[in-house]
Amino acid sequence: MGHRTPLYEAHLAMGAKIVDFGGWDMPLHYGSQIEEHHSVRRAAGMFDVSHMTIVDLEGERVREFLRYLLANNVDRLTQPGDAHGRASVAGGGMPGATKALYTCMLNEKGGVIDDLIVYFNTEQWFRLVVNAATRDKDLAWITHHAAAFAVKVKERDDLAMIAVQGPQARAAVHELIGTAAPQAAALGPFYALHAGELFIACTGYTGEDGYEIMLPATQAAGFWQRLHKAGVRPIGLGARDTLRLEAGMNLYGADMDEGTTPLESALGWTVAWEPASRDFIGRAALEAQRRVGAKFKLVGLVLDDKGVLRNHQKVIVDGREAGEITSGSFSPTLGKAIAFARVPQEAGEHVEVDVRGKLLAVRIVKPPFVRHGKSCIEQK
Amino acid sequence: MSKTPTNLKYTKSHEWVELLADGTLRAGITDHAQDLLGDMVFVELPEPGRSVTAGQECAVVESVKAASDVYSPVSGEIIAVNEALGGSPDLINKDAYGEGWMMHIKPSSTAELDSLLDANAYAALVAAEAH
Repeated sequence: MGHRTPLYEAHLAMGAKIVDFGGWDMPLHYGSQIEEHHSVRRAAGMFDVSHMTIVDLEGERVREFLRYLLANNVDRLTQPGDAHGRASVAGGGMPGATKALYTCMLNEKGGVIDDLIVYFNTEQWFRLVVNAATRDKDLAWITHHAAAFAVKVKERDDLAMIAVQGPQARAAVHELIGTAAPQAAALGPFYALHAGELFIACTGYTGEDGYEIMLPATQAAGFWQRLHKAGVRPIGLGARDTLRLEAGMNLYGADMDEGTTPLESALGWTVAWEPASRDFIGRAALEAQRRVGAKFKLVGLVLDDKGVLRNHQKVIVDGREAGEITSGSFSPTLGKAIAFARVPQEAGEHVEVDVRGKLLAVRIVKPPFVRHGKSCIEQK
Repeated sequence: MSKTPTNLKYTKSHEWVELLADGTLRAGITDHAQDLLGDMVFVELPEPGRSVTAGQECAVVESVKAASDVYSPVSGEIIAVNEALGGSPDLINKDAYGEGWMMHIKPSSTAELDSLLDANAYAALVAAEAH
């Protein structure tokens, strides 16, 4: 038996097929993965993401610590939230709203230890949300480096997390949160706010509008049921994967890991090079790679023929095995297979993939494949 | 719990066979197999007229999760395939033993049928695989 989230019983009651995911017993689907996928693109779906690790960092030097720990720059976060759930007017933005940042945490070689989201609550309190499968090594790494900055690292396993995603997701949540609804409705992408015991972030992993909501674990099952009554369908990890792939979002452990840098993983945009004086872990290695140019790049692939692209299939460039699919699946929205693949920098638009012994022609495209329910890919 | 109708015969590789009144056979993959594979997205069927031997790869079902070979349960000739699966591979998920049938086979002899599993034996095999 693996770890179970506070929603485990609710998943069983809703007919979930349970699988092991990084040591957690999680729902793969509740009947049909493809129907769940379409529900998120067309209406609203809810995901139990309580297995993810929430870490609070506290201390006088938290910002300074994060400047050093993370490849993106927390100085991009200038608008604090309010620790006590009261509306505060800060940074000229919406009262009570706080900003979030997506970033990689690198090792000295520039390899990706994890990708995460960091939230700015107060100058003495930042929050990280890191992956479930990387929990132990992340906590060890963060704790090790936090000591020099006298920053306290506190895992918040008392909190659960529910993502609600889709064109109707925000309206469904608004029905449940009473007087906080107008404030939540005004949140732009990557903003968040405290509403009583809820922490509502305008983030997600699907390419649709929606929220990721952190709340006390004891309240998770009740909130889940109320969302369900409001017409929000439960979505398993199967559809979560095809949704994020269509949205062009990387999966840690598949698309990047400690052996690859952000520059080889289509994550160069998350690295804050300026100011040049900011020293962050992995910077020297990354700069060296930037000077000579990364040999590999992570790209999107589309297969216009029948067949499904899958992880670890080989990519053939100019007749030579030169790359590999890192995430491949069937795209329910496009009705054809799509993938991310790591290929040599010089690969052109047309390459081939070895699919079960057959070489199939695929197109290299720039993700996302789907955004807000619509294809971003030229149809052939 | 997956369904295992008692009027059918089964293979260890999770195909089912139905003996029709005219002595020909219909075949497909079992409800248990579709449940393991998840939503079907493509089905590759053999050409009608093709000769097959028992245990030979003759079709491929591809789901969101994995591609899986389908083996002919008996020796004989493929006389028809379920064209509806081309546009609606999910028929296998919805009705594995009915609308989700895959191949119509004229067997070389019915003797091979006797070596296949009955519903009880197949259910026992599935239960054993689960542990």
